[in-house]
Amino acid sequence: MPDAPGLELLAQDLRRSDAEAVVDTVYFRDRATLVVNPARVRSVLAALRDKGFRSLMSVHGVDYWPEEPRLGVHYELLDMREVDRITVKARVPTDAPALPSVTPDWPTADFHEREVYDLFGVVFEGHPDLRRILMPEDYEGHPQRRDFPVGGEPVHFTYNEYETPRYWE
Amino acid sequence: MTDTTDLDIVDRVPAVGAEDTEELLTINMGPHHPATHGVLRVMVTLDGEVVKDAKPVMGYLHTGIEKTAEDKSYWKVIPVVERMDYLAYYFNALAFIGAVETLLDLDVPPRAQYLRVIHLELNRIMSHLVWIGTAMLDLGAISMFWYGFRERETILDLFEYSSGQRMHTRYFQVGGVIEDIPTGWAAKVKKFCQEMPRRADQYAAILEKNEILLRRLRDTGVVSEARMLELGVTGPLLRAAGNPWDLRKAQPYSSYDHFDFKIPIGTVGDNYDRFRVRHAELYESVKIIEQALDGLPEGPYITEDRKIALPPRHELATSMEALIHHFKLVTEGFRVPPGEIYYPIEGPRGELGCFVRSDGSSKPARVHMRDPSFTNLQMFPDMVRDGYIADFIAAIAMLDPIVGGIDR
Repeated sequence: MPDAPGLELLAQDLRRSDAEAVVDTVYFRDRATLVVNPARVRSVLAALRDKGFRSLMSVHGVDYWPEEPRLGVHYELLDMREVDRITVKARVPTDAPALPSVTPDWPTADFHEREVYDLFGVVFEGHPDLRRILMPEDYEGHPQRRDFPVGGEPVHFTYNEYETPRYWE
Repeated sequence: MTDTTDLDIVDRVPAVGAEDTEELLTINMGPHHPATHGVLRVMVTLDGEVVKDAKPVMGYLHTGIEKTAEDKSYWKVIPVVERMDYLAYYFNALAFIGAVETLLDLDVPPRAQYLRVIHLELNRIMSHLVWIGTAMLDLGAISMFWYGFRERETILDLFEYSSGQRMHTRYFQVGGVIEDIPTGWAAKVKKFCQEMPRRADQYAAILEKNEILLRRLRDTGVVSEARMLELGVTGPLLRAAGNPWDLRKAQPYSSYDHFDFKIPIGTVGDNYDRFRVRHAELYESVKIIEQALDGLPEGPYITEDRKIALPPRHELATSMEALIHHFKLVTEGFRVPPGEIYYPIEGPRGELGCFVRSDGSSKPARVHMRDPSFTNLQMFPDMVRDGYIADFIAAIAMLDPIVGGIDR
């Protein structure tokens, strides 16, 4: 892990080439996180790749409800040579949940971005094949969002059907 | 008598073959094909016998475990996440627990760490045994399945002995393990450790000199190391291509740095290397278990912090404070300071990372598993492209995907 001063130096470095790239830095439990401007995700990740973080291990979404902007996307980067990890985080609002896709640069992001799109509704612009991946194609809504109720699915084929036909409607 | 020259098509065969290759055929493999190891569906584009493209389609086993986890207090999430990758339940539990312990900034007693390592490595052997059995079954070696499952049963019996369950044991708890190992368990594990290398030798004796198997594994499904790194592939698949990346060595957790073991790696990254790497890992895991048993430290098996771990049963009858702690832990659960952690460990299939976000309450605000099967599956089209449909089955077998982990 880059230590706290190392993280600040890294952020400073990134800000030097693009003043608006890094919004914030978080250092928590010996883990470094860069909060970046959503529009600059691709360039920041490319810059970090040049600094040695050559592997993207995971991309996942978070719903920060009730905080705004609500949705967050995390990129977990790994440097296999220095054995170092850093998290890049971008926040987008639910009314315009769009981020540039990093799949052209990092082929591994393909499935991960599809999953985030499927479960959170974040649209990755420039993704070659942005479809639902876990939920059915014709599914409506993004179930991992915090305002999506648990048990929102009707249970078909139960004994309830005889007692109260079509009870779920 | 009819003229037979017209029936003799031998000299026309290449032409017939060429005509056939004009047409591409797209078919579905799965979601219920027995060789897909679960309900994985693959859309395959075929040119005769040759695979031109393959697109995995998943989601048939999606049960919304990550969503369910948000609705449960931390200690109740453990049995839920264990059910994701159902052959690596100890690993799922540790990835989640490790993330929570980091959020809590909690120290785990050494004995608990060693007990965790013993169970993790038994689980790794168990997972590889299921793999060796089913993968060889896909390649036509039926007897291997029974041998693999025989040893797997022994391990499941050991799990039952230590925790009461064969699968999804809920043995790991935040702060340690649920209870100390029972009397006689260590001796049984020792006996298993003596037996297992001999059994693994026998597997090699069955498989290594099998002409059919060797021909089907060698030089099939080759993917270069560079391409695997691009695709985020980890675990035995990456190691088979010669990259010794193993989180147990690189970023040791749960006192893996106390043990002396090697990381088997391959050279070319074909299916044969994948088989050899996993087979060699059986021996290394046995070595780790033996060392952990010999050096098992004395002391508590779970943290003494009563705000996190349940008090011992006998204290409930005498101590009011213990009763209050017990009540609070069982009803509300413990609260975790707000924060976000990504905690990666080395699962049997690669990097198993758990992301946990806490909002300060007693339930996680987000639990996400970076499952190695999910990411490794992206390599599948590269493995099968321009190979024969028969090698397609071999490739799925050697990829070792667990659909429960892919779909979660």
